[in-house]
Amino acid sequence: MSRAAGSRSEGRAWVSAALPPLLTFVLVIALWEGTLRALRVPAFLVPPPSAVLAAGWLERSALAGALLTTALGACSGFLLSVCLGTLVGLLFSLSRWLERGLYPYALFLQTVPIVAVAPLLVLWFGPGLRAVSVSAFIVSVFPIIANTLAGLRSVDPRLSDLFRLYGAKLGDTVLKLRLPMAIPSMMTGYKVASGLSVIGAIVGEFVAGFSEGNAGLGITVLSSYRQLRTDLLFAAVLLASLLGLSLFALVSLAAGLLLRRLRARG
Amino acid sequence: MLQGIDLDLEAGSCVALLGPSGCGKSTLLRFISGLELPSSGTISLAPGGSGASGASSVHGSAKLAFVFQDAQLLPWRTVIDNVALPLELQGVSRAEARRRARGPLSEVELSDVHDRFPDQLSGGMRMRVSIARALVTEPELLLLDEPFAALDELTRQRLDERLRRLWIARRMTVIFVTHALGEAAFLAERALVMSRRPGRIVLDHRLDLPAQRDMDLRTTPAFVEQTRVLYRALEQHGGLDDSHASTAELGG
Repeated sequence: MSRAAGSRSEGRAWVSAALPPLLTFVLVIALWEGTLRALRVPAFLVPPPSAVLAAGWLERSALAGALLTTALGACSGFLLSVCLGTLVGLLFSLSRWLERGLYPYALFLQTVPIVAVAPLLVLWFGPGLRAVSVSAFIVSVFPIIANTLAGLRSVDPRLSDLFRLYGAKLGDTVLKLRLPMAIPSMMTGYKVASGLSVIGAIVGEFVAGFSEGNAGLGITVLSSYRQLRTDLLFAAVLLASLLGLSLFALVSLAAGLLLRRLRARG
Repeated sequence: MLQGIDLDLEAGSCVALLGPSGCGKSTLLRFISGLELPSSGTISLAPGGSGASGASSVHGSAKLAFVFQDAQLLPWRTVIDNVALPLELQGVSRAEARRRARGPLSEVELSDVHDRFPDQLSGGMRMRVSIARALVTEPELLLLDEPFAALDELTRQRLDERLRRLWIARRMTVIFVTHALGEAAFLAERALVMSRRPGRIVLDHRLDLPAQRDMDLRTTPAFVEQTRVLYRALEQHGGLDDSHASTAELGG
């Protein structure tokens, strides 16, 4: 009985969380369609939502293939970022020397204009998936390094004292104190990075083109622009954003589960 | 920061360290614990024995425990696992550490919440877990740095009583830093009052109170007189304007 009441109130909370953005969505779509029709804006400038939907449906198999290709590039770049970024953050936290020596150059990855270096990536890694993954990696790795480092450094000095007092080994201090303490911050880094990796992949595709006939959404955007198929362009952009969002949601979900597990394990 | 401090503490005694904020009480405690090393001078610890060799044996074997102002528990560990932590860090297996954590946990009367997480406990209970964690390694020397300062007055007085009972039962040496005169008088056998920086010891006072102490003691004339002695020493050395001590606390 109490469980039923609980799930009902949970359901209500879900509705009150989902309803406002849903309403905004419907309103914007209606306004968009209505304004364009009223002002008779040519569709190649701004296509109405109905045209975007129609173009998306018509080209669904091509778009699905492009989406898959981009997702592959973004995900592999993101996974690379998670592995290397976490490792680098951990190493930086263990050695001030390493941090001072290398952090500025890690920051460089964040500040370098990715569009400008993307041609180099094609030169070095070859066109297609590899250059796209590296591009996604470059854009997404820094937030992971920074958040991992900040999390590992966020330990209360008195807790560090406690571990020191009992002669804790470095391994124990990392595994039983610093890493668990850093996990929320690391998860924030992963979430930010997941969205960025899609942007990195699209930029990579702009320059890296495609190999073995696998063209990503970035290529769809470019080619539909050249053909003035703005409706298709919109559909591709929309799909790319949805990809970023779903990756973000997936990582958030995994992060939530992990945090709960960590707690339950004790 | 600290100057000319020359102290001998008998093993098994309970000593309160009082002084204005920033006088170096906590630093002295950190020196004693070995967490920090003094730029000059020596600290040697040899409960039950004597000689310089005693110092390293105590520091190394963690016969020493520290309780901080906030409970400083690991939020992702249950109560029992927090208490077991020091043993785990010393290489005891988790199962064995857990088994040995039960004793101290029952000493602070928290056995029934052993599987809760710290954020499910009250501030006073968290502090008791912190004390149980300090006791789990059977320390000969227990250091407390303003342990109950963040708690409300009633909880603090109850914890004072509990700590006093634990001290009597375990016969360990206890040194604790506090701002509260009443707490110092209630808990300790001996109170040391420190001056403003550079911190010196301006009063070394043996508290003339019965060994059996309970809540009622705080209202007796003898108790009030003892707190007054401490108050005067603190006031004389300019520690009152920025310490938490006040006339209101005189009664304990």
